[in-house]
Order: sequence, then C-alpha cells, then structure tokens
Amino acid sequence: MATLHVLVVDDEPGIRSGITRILGNYTVGYPFMDEDFDFNLIEAGTGEEAVEILNKQHVDVVLLDNKLPGMDGIEVLEYINKQQFDVAVMMITSYASLDLAIKATKNGAYNFMPKPFTPQELRATIENVAKHLFLKRMTLKMQKEGKQIRFQFLSVLSHELKSPINAIEGYLKMMQEKQMGDKIEDYEKMIDRSLSRLKGMRNLIMDLLDLTKMESGKKERKMREIDLAAISRTSMDTMEPYSIQKNVKMTLKVIGNTYVLADADEMEIIFNNLVSNAVKYNKDNGKVDILIEDKKQSLCVVVKDTGIGMNSEDVTKIFEDFVRIKNSKTKAITGSGLGLSIAKKMVEQYNGTISVESIVDEGTTFTVSLPRQ
Amino acid sequence: MSNELKLILIVDDDADYLFQMELMVKNLGFRVKTAEGQAEAEKVLETIKPDLAIFDLMMEQEDSGFILAYKAKRKYPDMPIIMASAATAETGFNFDLYNENNKNWIKADLYLEKGIRSDQLHREINKLLKL
Repeated sequence: MATLHVLVVDDEPGIRSGITRILGNYTVGYPFMDEDFDFNLIEAGTGEEAVEILNKQHVDVVLLDNKLPGMDGIEVLEYINKQQFDVAVMMITSYASLDLAIKATKNGAYNFMPKPFTPQELRATIENVAKHLFLKRMTLKMQKEGKQIRFQFLSVLSHELKSPINAIEGYLKMMQEKQMGDKIEDYEKMIDRSLSRLKGMRNLIMDLLDLTKMESGKKERKMREIDLAAISRTSMDTMEPYSIQKNVKMTLKVIGNTYVLADADEMEIIFNNLVSNAVKYNKDNGKVDILIEDKKQSLCVVVKDTGIGMNSEDVTKIFEDFVRIKNSKTKAITGSGLGLSIAKKMVEQYNGTISVESIVDEGTTFTVSLPRQ
Repeated sequence: MSNELKLILIVDDDADYLFQMELMVKNLGFRVKTAEGQAEAEKVLETIKPDLAIFDLMMEQEDSGFILAYKAKRKYPDMPIIMASAATAETGFNFDLYNENNKNWIKADLYLEKGIRSDQLHREINKLLKL
C-alpha cells in the first residue's frame, strides 16, 4: 500500500473535517498498478499555514480553497510553482469564474472542483489525481531506467571493443620486440590470432550498425511480398563455406505459401543470425534443419540444430545484448553477443515472437512466428 | 634468484590477453598458473596458494574480478592481488564499482590499466612481493 499525502486548505473547519472523513478510509487501485493508494490527510486553515506545511513535509496533492482570509488560493498556487514542489493542486471554489479558472490553470492547477461537492464527487476527483500522479512518476522512473540500460550497453560495448584492440596491440608489440626470435614462422599463431580478433571486431561493428539502424528507425523499410524460402536459401549459401568445414548438412523444408509482407534486408538479418548460430554451435558432422510452414494467419520458421545445446539457465539469457555463453565448448567460437538480441528486436517489430528450446549436447531449436498483417 | 619459485596466478577470460600476460610474467622469471574465468580460478585457489594473483575485472559478469578478489582474500588474506582492467579511462565510462564504498570491501592491493609495460609490471610485482 502506498500513501498519498493530501493537504486540505480551507478556512471552514467543517469542510476540512468532512474531506478528512471521506478520504480517510478511501483507497484507490487500478489493474495496472502494483499497489493500492490510501490517503493521509493534513489540514491547514490559512494559506500561510499551508505554505509552512509544504516547506516542512512532502505533500502529493493539495486541495486548495481559493477564498482564504489572508493569502488567497491563487497566491498559494503561485508559491507552489515558484518553489517547484512536485504536487498536484486541485482548486476548490464556489466562485468558479472564468477569470479565476484561467489564472489558476496558467499557474499549473491540475483541476477544479466546485463547492459544494458530494462525497462521490470528491472521491472521483481524488481518484483522477492519484492516477495522474502514478502515471507521471512511472514515466519518470522508466525514463531513468532507459538511461541506465543505455549506460550499461555502452560500458559493455567499450569493453567488447577494447579487448580485441588490447590483444592485437599486445601481439604487435611482441613482434616488434622480436620476443620469439627472428623467424616470421614463429609468429604465425600471433598473426592468426590478431586476424581472428580483427574479424570479430568487424562482425561486432556490422551488428552494431544493424542495431543502430533499427533503433533509430531512420532506415526506410521496403515492405513488399517476399519469399522467405528464398531468403533462407541465401543465408544457407552464405554459411556454406563454414558448414563444409564442419561437415554440417543443412536442409530446407517448405510447407505451403512462404510469401510474407516484409523488408527483405531485415528478414535476411534474422535468418543469417539463426542459421549461422545453428552451424557455429553445431558439432562436426551435425545437421541443421530449417522448416518454413504456412499457418495462414502467420508464417512459422523453425531452425533446428544438432549442436552443443544450452542449459536452462543459459536459455533465459541469450536474447539479451552482449550475452555469450562461455564454456569449454564455446571457447573457440567467435561472436559479438548481439546477433540474437538483434533477431529478437527485428521479429518484434513485425509483432512476431521468437522462442528457443535446447537440450545440452543434443541441440537447439529456434522458432519464429511472423504474423501476416 | 630469490623469485625463481614465486607462483603467480593470472585470471582473464580473454585467451589472447592471458597468453600474452603469461609470456610476459614468465619472462620476468616467475612461475605462472592461468585460469580463464572466475569459476576456474576459484577451483585453482582451492588447492593452490599462489604468491600473487592478477585478476581481470570483467569476466563472466561485469564484476567477476571483484568477487574473485573478495573470495581469494578471505581464503588467503596475505596474498597480494592486482586488479587489471580495460574498463575505465579513455572511454570516459567510469564504473561506479570504483567508488570509495566498494574499495573498502574489495581488498585488491593495486589497480592497473591493461596494456601495462613489462618493466612497470615487474616493479609493481616486486613491490607487492617485497622482493
């Protein structure tokens, strides 16, 4: 239960105690809120007293009468705005003239409530204020978290870019200092490793470009009817040199109409990521079976491999940015850790879903469902 | 030489960096044991007490090095630990893991940026080993 602090400012004690009685045991809840709100009532008889309370303690809502003996309601409202208190102000008045309404709204009053009001009107009003406050705070919180996620992404990214630079620099220095002697052959491993780290960096940068294009939304999508089977064959051709090395056999099975309205480049990125993973994380002499099935309302793509598989804990993490499963079996396999996160984001842009099932040492199956809009 | 038998444990999840550090430290005249991550290092520390340890910061997790240092110091309070990291400086991103609060519970003896020169590293190791 969260408590909202409500300051009631009115010179009539009867109104103050009435409001306190009505809201004292009232709670507000919404299906989308984690917890209900209840209300803690604070009373002030004058504008001066209200200002004193606002300076002393946190207040969420002010129910403010305009006609007060000294400092009037508008003046209290001006003060609140000048001090930039995070409160929602509700003006209560029996003299609701147009002039006052404009003046109060200019000064940031959230709403009006005409006097006299029924208990039901008061509850409805306070319910709206509570909802307004909740949404406002939720938005702020999410903005902050968004920044946090961005920051984490950049920290990890800088690490991912610096590691290969350090490694290559280290090897070059060793060669410069001729640490292994004068023969170039003795540096072969270092040269191979340097080239391999450069390739890894290049892949990371390519993936980053995909991600940036997608997140900035600037890239124009060319939506047309495309054949996913053709896209799948292109991906398989791209991976063929690698699959031949590992003697992994790739097959494609098609059921029904495999045309869908989509951007061909984006579909290629999704297929490339899934097919290259299926080959990379396979065992020698393994298999990759791709199935594209027409489900009328949607197209279903299944990429099934007979590879090293993952445990259930790893399965929960693999769609996150920069997540790579590190163990003795994946040690020699390079990757940016972005491929699946990109694939997932792309699939979701089409209101589709991607899921994974995996058994250690038996294989992994990715299933993508793309709705036909 | 007095440091002939000193054993140094180097932990890093980057195989290339590990290989280079191993070679560098061996050339300085130490024995070297390597581990490719926090989990493997913990296993090594169960049976072996190195004279000094060099940990990478970001391995399985962003703070694996710190956790490893904490555990290692609990087991061997007198073993000096060097924390090597590529995470700070040039990029401008500073981990809040580096704040004073955390330094109090993370008992690393020295923080070094990666890419340290061989002679600098030698000096720091000798200082920590009181050679």
